[in-house]
Amino acid sequence: MPIIKVENLSKIFGKNPSQAQKLLDQGQKKEEILKQTGNTVGVNRASFEVEQGEIFVIMGLSGSGKSTLVRLINRLIEPTEGSVYINEENLAAMDSKNLRRVRREKMSMVFQRFALFPYRTVLQNTEFGLEVQGIDKSDRSRKAKESLELVGLGSFINQFPGQLSGGMQQRVGLARALANDPEVLLMDEAFSALDPLIRKEMQDELLDLQERMQKTILFITHDLDEALRIGDRIALMKDGSIVQIGTPEDILVNPANDYVEKFVEDVDRSKILTAQHIMKRPETVNIEKHGPRVALERMREEGLSSIYVTDRSRNLKGYVTADNASQAIEENVKDLTNVIETNVPTCDLDTPMNDIFDMIHNSPVPIAVVEDGKLRGIIVRGAVIGALAGSEVSINE
Amino acid sequence: MSNTLLPMIPVKTWVDNSVEWITDTFEFVFDPIKNNLDSFIEFLSETLQMINPWIFIAVIAIIAFFVTGKRIGLAAFSIVGLWFILNQEMWEQLMDTFSLVITASLISVIIGVPFGIWMAKSNIVQAILTPILDFMQTMPAFVYLIPAVAFFGIGMVPGVFASVIFAVPPTVRFTNLGIRQVSTELIEAADAFGTTGIQKLFKVQLPMAKKTIMAGINQTVMLALSMVVIASMIGAEGLGKEVITALQRNDVGLGFVAGVSIVILAIVIDRFTQSLNTQKGE
Repeated sequence: MPIIKVENLSKIFGKNPSQAQKLLDQGQKKEEILKQTGNTVGVNRASFEVEQGEIFVIMGLSGSGKSTLVRLINRLIEPTEGSVYINEENLAAMDSKNLRRVRREKMSMVFQRFALFPYRTVLQNTEFGLEVQGIDKSDRSRKAKESLELVGLGSFINQFPGQLSGGMQQRVGLARALANDPEVLLMDEAFSALDPLIRKEMQDELLDLQERMQKTILFITHDLDEALRIGDRIALMKDGSIVQIGTPEDILVNPANDYVEKFVEDVDRSKILTAQHIMKRPETVNIEKHGPRVALERMREEGLSSIYVTDRSRNLKGYVTADNASQAIEENVKDLTNVIETNVPTCDLDTPMNDIFDMIHNSPVPIAVVEDGKLRGIIVRGAVIGALAGSEVSINE
Repeated sequence: MSNTLLPMIPVKTWVDNSVEWITDTFEFVFDPIKNNLDSFIEFLSETLQMINPWIFIAVIAIIAFFVTGKRIGLAAFSIVGLWFILNQEMWEQLMDTFSLVITASLISVIIGVPFGIWMAKSNIVQAILTPILDFMQTMPAFVYLIPAVAFFGIGMVPGVFASVIFAVPPTVRFTNLGIRQVSTELIEAADAFGTTGIQKLFKVQLPMAKKTIMAGINQTVMLALSMVVIASMIGAEGLGKEVITALQRNDVGLGFVAGVSIVILAIVIDRFTQSLNTQKGE
């Protein structure tokens, strides 16, 4: 049974939501509704379910309605239509007293800019949710300390938030949310304000914590990498609507429409490693001055079974294998022109690693990385495997 | 200038009548206020005067030293300034003025902060109160003396009344501003943890607005002090009365001494309230 169940949840900002709602039901687009009624569609009939222990990521670009959607779920923003069930209780139809109870006991929120109280110490910040519930002092201090211990801030309890780094502040934010022991954790771009290294660290830590605690987490992000890393399932949003829901694999392999495909493509091209990250400096011989003897000698020196051949300005001509070179020496051929193989496996500087992986699998020689016909580097099998395994990638110019 | 199209609207008569009506009808309210307030101010002033001036100066200097973060400036100024007032035999008047300012400021804060909170919580209240506050601050302060006398007779209490009307707007405005300035994310955080309105006010909004509210209170104290001379025209005791006397007798020397004493008091109070504010905020 799902812990969170969202049905047809909509939010329309503006003066005349009912009119806009009608147009929305007729299937009108966001821009048309804005033009006709002056109302902005924040979230358009979103429906999804989240299971216990799942990390459900809602992702989309800024303006896609993801932050509005998460605020509809704990009703920081009042929904125009639809329902939000948390354990079978419909939040959207609750009176304020019950809503407060659910907010206190069932769900906590972590904010993009941390939203810590600057005049409270780390401990007092962490205690906030418990204090609001009226839990007595010794109890709440014990729970808050446990929670701080969990995020690794046990020794910072008397500092003020202003004295901590961004990453540590967000740990306090996380500890404050966990101190209530909620079933549902809402994380609104929780790591987006952190620099990339710290962000990765926090993602790993969240996954570690999740393994131990098995909370139900609703995580909002605009970063597909982050979504792929931590999400059990991902919902992609565009213009207030959910375009696709699926596992990271689904989204990458079977993009639901052009929008998702573009999104995924974009990420592949820009974020995932490309040829230039894993190539190394090539050993070459110069076709204009070197013959088979030099080629063979150089191969012997470097312990290679083949070597790339270029001209003076490094235009790629082909490669020569050790066998071919020694045969040419026997036949007393001085020039490499007729000895070289010209059927060379090549790729561009920004060919994604996934493609290189397929290529290198079938290739007897390293892959040549070529820019405007010039040889810029070579990729050997070991480098690809190393990069896939996540080890340090050496970048050679 | 006479207007042929419209007869003169009898605003004066209306106001006269309504003030008279208020005075008569609410006598049972004004009288106890006057008596209680009178005895409070008297008690305060007499208590302060019972303290040996040298001890008083020493205590002020010590507090000043610590309040300003162990710096010598304000403490030294307090010693020299207060000694000068004592030397000029204005000590009794100083204590009277001080009592008046404290009383007026206290009442202003007690009235002003809740109104500021109310204003921050409701846009309608803000829309209504803003022009009223403008009116209260722009109206020449002398005008308040007239109903003050009508309600409370002459003496300290009408002085306090007029001072409060003149001095309360900054506290209201700054409280409103301070609360409205609290970032939406902090308000969202408070809401997301299920705070009630009161919890949100006392645990988040007021602590966050404290600095701004204190700045408003500082303004209020200064405005109350600026009313002491005017309040003396209706019989309030203190340094202001010396200024009025000097004016009536064309006594430049007395006017200067009393004036400088007021300035010294103003500087000490202002720096005190300001340092209290910066210190707490860290």
